[in-house]
Amino acid sequence: MQVSRRIVLHFPASLTGQPIVYRLARDYGLEFNIIKASVSPEEEGLMVLEVRGDEQGVEAGMKYLSEKGVMIEPFSQRVVLREERCIHCGLCVGLCPVGAFRMEPDTYYIRFEEERCLACGLCIKACPPRAMEVGL
Amino acid sequence: MAKVCKTFEEINERIRRGEAVVVTAEEMVEIVEEKGPEGAAKEVDVVTTGTFAPMCSSGAFLNFGHTRPRIKGHRVLINNVPAYAGLAAVDIYVGATEPAIDDPLNKVYPGSFDYGGGHVIEDLVAGRTVHLVVEGYGTHCYPNRRVEMDLRLSDFRDAFLFNPRNCYQNYNCAVNLSDRIIYTYMGVLKPHAGNINYCSAGQLSPLLNDPFYRTIGIGTRIFLGGGEGYVVWHGTQHNPQAPRTSAGVPKAPAGTLAVIGDLKGMSSEWLKGASIQGYGPSLFVGIGIPIPVLDEEMARFTGVKDEDVYAQIVDFGWDYPQMEVQVLGEVSYKELRSGKVLFQGKEVPTVPLSSYVKARQIAETLKGWIKEGRFLLGKPQGRLPSQSS
Repeated sequence: MQVSRRIVLHFPASLTGQPIVYRLARDYGLEFNIIKASVSPEEEGLMVLEVRGDEQGVEAGMKYLSEKGVMIEPFSQRVVLREERCIHCGLCVGLCPVGAFRMEPDTYYIRFEEERCLACGLCIKACPPRAMEVGL
Repeated sequence: MAKVCKTFEEINERIRRGEAVVVTAEEMVEIVEEKGPEGAAKEVDVVTTGTFAPMCSSGAFLNFGHTRPRIKGHRVLINNVPAYAGLAAVDIYVGATEPAIDDPLNKVYPGSFDYGGGHVIEDLVAGRTVHLVVEGYGTHCYPNRRVEMDLRLSDFRDAFLFNPRNCYQNYNCAVNLSDRIIYTYMGVLKPHAGNINYCSAGQLSPLLNDPFYRTIGIGTRIFLGGGEGYVVWHGTQHNPQAPRTSAGVPKAPAGTLAVIGDLKGMSSEWLKGASIQGYGPSLFVGIGIPIPVLDEEMARFTGVKDEDVYAQIVDFGWDYPQMEVQVLGEVSYKELRSGKVLFQGKEVPTVPLSSYVKARQIAETLKGWIKEGRFLLGKPQGRLPSQSS
């Protein structure tokens, strides 16, 4: 069965120089989409990933990461639309990198499809009436 | 000689009797297509329009009442936003784009401008309490040096919205031809023409339905911020000489309006603070203007549709900021509203900064008010400068 999972990876400084994530694809046949990646001044790495593949492959891949010393957390950040603030302009539609917003063709209402959202947060400060916010 | 000829007085009499035929500018498109301008002019008395967008040249005059002892406001902050106090003792003007005094502005780039004058105005009409800090330098007649108070809109002695430039008759579309992302008053523009942003209600927009200001003039009564207001003058930068189509519809920013209205009758549904990333705070303003169909020419004007209204594409990456504006292309609002246009050989997404949803609601609301007989047309007491005058 194909599964998709959003995860946050914390790499200790000892691993930041190694090509770890690439082995998820090579050895475990997983597809991945890097949502965010950064290395802190203490050289610890942080990466937000969406991984897709068959269930066994994903499990094996996660096991490999754990054994290597990577700490894995489920990705729980969400961005939510506060309907009462939205004025239905369209700035978010032009900005969202994954097309999570659309304007309905006849009513011109803005619809937000949360399941497509990668929680990159680009829309939050770009929305003039501040209708988008980080949800819990 | 016009075959249909109605006066403001006749139409107002029909409104009073509840007999006026009122339609929105969207509905008028179909009526004129079906019956022609003459048939439409016979049938329809009033066409309602609407627009809802950030309008930076907006603000409110407030009088916070005399204190004991008296103070002459010299420096005034409302919720930490500086207000202009160079008026009589307790009169101030809070402008929509004034950032809070402790805002980091664009020093933390791009600035987020979470709170400013536009938000003060929204808070006031929403009935929320605002905090005033008033400093005076002390005079014999106004000895007090400092007062702090918490006030709601109802506590202000007087409060009126006075916007020196609203309701632009058409506007440019913004594109970014540079190789970096830019943050403008037209929204975030991605590099290499990644998006095109526009800002007009098109066929619903007030001045596009009365292109030569035949009926909209000084004294026209309007829907302003959810309450009643008036056109008091042409707005700043009013430019009736802008290029027009053969039908007279401007293709570039043209006419503008200065408007006024009692803030105490307005609502936060139609006045909303805006935080425009990298640019500054502003205020979304909702305006609706009723247009009397005096004759077949006014029927033809109000029958204007999105495919007949064109906007010009301008580069905000270099041309606009450098004051070297050149027109990169012309597109109709029908094309813009489809969500993508062909620009320099590629398909580019188009998004509005103005809300068509809210513009529609304003036109419908105003239609309701007129049909109920509680909103009469204000006959202009003076004309706005026009190309034909």
